[in-house]
Amino acid sequence: MGAGQTAAAQDGEAMHEMSVALAMIEQVEQAARADGAHGVTHVRLEIGELAGVVPEALAFCFELACAGTALEGAELITRTVPGTARCAGCRTTWEVGMPPQLLCPHCNDAAGDLVSGRELRICEVGLADAPPAARERTRASINEES
Amino acid sequence: MCRVVDLQQAVLAKNAMAAQVLRTELAARGTTVVNLLSSPGSGKTALLERELRLARQRGVSTAALTADLATENDAQRLARSEVPVKQVLTDGLCHLEADMLAGHLHHWLPDGTRLLFVENVGNLVCPASYDLGESLRVVLASVTEGEDKPLKYPTAFGLAHLVIVTKTDLAEAADFDEAAFRAHVQQVNPGVEVLLASVRSGEGAGELVDRALAAADGTPVHAPVMARAHA
Repeated sequence: MGAGQTAAAQDGEAMHEMSVALAMIEQVEQAARADGAHGVTHVRLEIGELAGVVPEALAFCFELACAGTALEGAELITRTVPGTARCAGCRTTWEVGMPPQLLCPHCNDAAGDLVSGRELRICEVGLADAPPAARERTRASINEES
Repeated sequence: MCRVVDLQQAVLAKNAMAAQVLRTELAARGTTVVNLLSSPGSGKTALLERELRLARQRGVSTAALTADLATENDAQRLARSEVPVKQVLTDGLCHLEADMLAGHLHHWLPDGTRLLFVENVGNLVCPASYDLGESLRVVLASVTEGEDKPLKYPTAFGLAHLVIVTKTDLAEAADFDEAAFRAHVQQVNPGVEVLLASVRSGEGAGELVDRALAAADGTPVHAPVMARAHA
């Protein structure tokens, strides 16, 4: 378990967003190492409506967990992906909404597929040659694109 | 100098991979995992205690691992069923992850275990996101929790292979509207089976073991729409 999880647990604010943040940081650090970069400027993340992750809670955990890593000061840019489903029978596609409606609004059959809405995906990482200390320190903040 | 790299990586890919490895390893040992999820107080432990006892009486080799933030109370209760039980304290963490489970099973899971029941941390949010290598994911809700529980926790109910309504002996006192509950379940997880259970009245006795054994025998489990996501 990472230090971040312990910190969150001590506050009585145990949440899986901290585990998600730690998993993100691990993957981004790997990508940075592979590239020979020393710092990360931003991470762009897609969060599906049905991924079970709260963007605000994730931004909070991300900022805490980035401290002392190559991601310190990195900006987290999230995009919420709406849930959409497709009917196997009549091929209707619809926005499932929240709470989701997974029965076809046209023929009332079960959706054949969830086309989108379960994403929890790192799309893009901004890499910098300079370590975080050499860059202007900016407070990691959440930026909703949509 | 800055540059942008396209990653396109699923954040939980590492857990998904660990879960798949665990599923394969346990299958090779003949063990099938059942992951039980519910809110705190839904009656996971009481139901499991009954089902473990029934499994033992039927000669099915069974073990149980129970996870809590604190206390070993659940393990003590489950141990009354006389099957091997392990308590995991998550030290505040709200869910189990596949590599944590694998670590706890190492050196503990008895050889020849057919069914391993994992009682997840009582929480309908976080555990829903973590595959533990289970073949059957069961979500429980008691009649006192309200018919709209599936709508309030759509990811948990939407990914269930089986839903069990517990404490049905209290249904009348709680004014539980079973039809509304079923409709809400179908909205987020069309086609999933809903069982009724009460440890007090005996309703549904052995049905969880039946479903677990069917999964262990390779009967295909329900495929939730949400699990068929293009994520």
